[in-house]
Amino acid sequence: MSGKETKGGMKQLSPIDIYTLLPKTNCKECGEDNCMAFATKVVNREVSIDQCPPLLTKKFEKNYLKLKDMLKPAVKEVTVGADATSIKVGGKLVMYRHEFTYFNPTAIAIDVTDEMPDEELSERLKKTQDFSYVYIGNELKLQMVAVRSTSDDAEKFKASVKKVAELTKLPLILCSNDSSVMEAGLMAIPKARPLIYAATKDNWKEMAELALMYNCPLAVSAPNDLDLLRSMVKTMKEYGIDDLVLDPGTFTGAGLGDTINNFTMLRRAACEMGDEMVGYPLIGTPITAWTEPAKSPTVNAWTEAQVASMLVTRFADILIMHGTEGWALLPLTVLRQNIYTDPRKPVAVKPGLRIIGTPDENSPVLMTSNFALTYYTVEQDIESTGKPAYLIVVDSEGTAIDSGVAGRKLTAETVADAIKESKVEEKVKHRKVIIPGKAARISGEIEELSNWEVLVGPQDSSGIAKFLQDKWK
Amino acid sequence: MPERAEKDSQIKLPPELLDLFTGVDDLELEDVDIEVDELEFAYQSGFLPAIKRMVAAKSRPKSLLDAPFALPIQKYPGQIVEVTIGATKSQGGTRGSSITIGGEKSPAFYTFENPTPNSPIISLDVFDQKVPIPKAVRTNFNDAMEDPISWAKFAVDKFGAQMITLHLVSIDPLNPKPSTPAEAAKTVEDILQAVDVPLVVGGCGDPQKDLAVFEKVTAAAEGERLLISTVTLDMDIEKSAKLIKKYGHVALAFSPMDLNQARELNRRLLEYLPKEQIIMDTTTAALGYGLDYAYTIMERARLAGLMGDPELQQPMSSGTTNAWAAREAWQKMDPQWGARELRGPLWEAVTGLTLLLAGVDLFMMLHPAAVRTLRNTAQRLAEKRGTADAAKVADWVSAKF
Repeated sequence: MSGKETKGGMKQLSPIDIYTLLPKTNCKECGEDNCMAFATKVVNREVSIDQCPPLLTKKFEKNYLKLKDMLKPAVKEVTVGADATSIKVGGKLVMYRHEFTYFNPTAIAIDVTDEMPDEELSERLKKTQDFSYVYIGNELKLQMVAVRSTSDDAEKFKASVKKVAELTKLPLILCSNDSSVMEAGLMAIPKARPLIYAATKDNWKEMAELALMYNCPLAVSAPNDLDLLRSMVKTMKEYGIDDLVLDPGTFTGAGLGDTINNFTMLRRAACEMGDEMVGYPLIGTPITAWTEPAKSPTVNAWTEAQVASMLVTRFADILIMHGTEGWALLPLTVLRQNIYTDPRKPVAVKPGLRIIGTPDENSPVLMTSNFALTYYTVEQDIESTGKPAYLIVVDSEGTAIDSGVAGRKLTAETVADAIKESKVEEKVKHRKVIIPGKAARISGEIEELSNWEVLVGPQDSSGIAKFLQDKWK
Repeated sequence: MPERAEKDSQIKLPPELLDLFTGVDDLELEDVDIEVDELEFAYQSGFLPAIKRMVAAKSRPKSLLDAPFALPIQKYPGQIVEVTIGATKSQGGTRGSSITIGGEKSPAFYTFENPTPNSPIISLDVFDQKVPIPKAVRTNFNDAMEDPISWAKFAVDKFGAQMITLHLVSIDPLNPKPSTPAEAAKTVEDILQAVDVPLVVGGCGDPQKDLAVFEKVTAAAEGERLLISTVTLDMDIEKSAKLIKKYGHVALAFSPMDLNQARELNRRLLEYLPKEQIIMDTTTAALGYGLDYAYTIMERARLAGLMGDPELQQPMSSGTTNAWAAREAWQKMDPQWGARELRGPLWEAVTGLTLLLAGVDLFMMLHPAAVRTLRNTAQRLAEKRGTADAAKVADWVSAKF
């Protein structure tokens, strides 16, 4: 925003900057036509420089390292877990989502404790693993499990961690402020690289030793004390630990403003001020909402979800949560999907005729706008009816039905033209088109211009199944 | 608006949700103190697993190295305009209070740079005729939704609404019997009689009819400093602006998720109106249905205004009620997604909270629990820094709940 050029930020990088350091032989080994095309993809973060084989040779070692440094994200990408089931967090290039894509959507962890009855434990793990909602072609999931020691008993913790690791492949966060309890947990899964939560002002030496010994990423925690937090980072780096995650504390009641400020300050310092000392993923703990006394767990779950949603927007890379209610996690995971969509992607899909199933000459013809969200929703709703159909996607300049009609982007003319251009009249015997209920205003005009009979469909496309059943023949 | 739900559900919201954070809650947590057995967990070196050190420590500082954090403060050449809605007796109206929004010198709640000059405000929706309202919302209003007067009174008396948005949907020419501008103006007068909070008056979205209605309404409510919702690019802007100026109201400039159109509309309004009489709305899309675009347009508008763009320095308003267009907000779903009585209001709340962080100053909302959440959160975020008590979160790792 300041226009200030920062190291690692993408603002100052152009394909030329990359190109000059590439071998410039246009060898095509990377799969691109030439080095310039490769450089463009590198700048857009669509490919990694590691995909240029000549660059990995001794001859280009200097250039390679230089490129690595130039392309280094402002927020370090940290891997939690081992092997195929690991997850990457952080790796952010920018502060604001319109500047570039946000990479690595906020990982959501659900907690279990070492004092939970077996049944509850496995039920929570199952719920976490099975969480799945399909939203415009993407599956929304939960990513991690946090194991907390509420017993402060090393043996109990060790046994629980072992059990959890047997029951789930999700990457783990081990939570205890006691380093001997933490060590017992790590002993149970010595190669799994869980995130250690957390080094504090009281235990940092011991936690640092554990992070080194077990080669684990380490969370550094200093609630509402950024001076302490940054000092601990410096100390950990001195130890040689660089896979760090920062916890500035999450206050869900009094102090919520401080929480939002702390996350914002850390991210701005990293992305816009070039402060490498805080260029690490941020962890939020909306779970602290459950420590507030409340008359009903619903209130705690609500507060937790509310704060979690704000932290998704304000820069959290990992969240630890307690509530597993669908009504709370669904809006949260949908929001995460929204915030992490690629703002460079067009809002619109290609206009034209879509064929759903294997329609025949009597199948219904429906119409919608080319706003991506509208289109995917409608397409999904037609598919779920199990009936074959034709769907005409009208070029509404990427606007939804209601705003397209209001803003004169979806007009009777554009609809009539789309019907004609789709050549659907060669495919069906009838001349009936079903339009969205929200376009009812222009139904008469469409009939006049297209000579097709217009059926005004439901207000929401979830009503298509019933509509087809009642009104189609 | 969603279709009416098939079947009524029995679920009632816990009263605290409608009352979040307000009262003092004296219930105590169950005893969280745990008896820790004596930790005889002395490490004998033989117990440690034989694991190779993967990473060698560079050095081992004996004490914490000092590396204080420097506040990442930036300077902004621009400032958001302050706009006041509602006029008290001394200001030439009859409202019990007036409300000022905007005035920011930093992005939303960057209190480490500048305090939040005016806490964002929530206005409760009232419709002047029956519209399909999700069941989750209706149950909170009982019979009060029968007419706009009792609805507005209920919103103020029961839910402490700081502002009311009266949507004159009955004027829509598509209605079998659309109400006339004079009838609409009468409703506005009745509402002004019934409640003394500042008032937003909304049209039906038909540019000609809205203007005809605004002509009567602005005159009938002269001096009340209503927020006239909305003025759009396809309206007679000169006429709208002159009416608003003549009778002392405020314009809500609405543009369809397009910064250039937002600029153009503000520019044209500024030809006739002082900047203190314009608020802008760049469109709210529901969570899951375009909120990402709505959020980013608003965030960009606010940053551009702060960076000095004079055409984007108006305070922002959001029709957060649009959240209910998302089917996940109102539909009955598979049991794993919980009761829609909770999912729905949280959907509206999350839509609003996200835009709160983008810089929205005024929210038009529907569900009382979502309203309360936004109001309390806005106030908390607007507080001075330094209210966090680190001791409060020190023990969450081992706490039982």
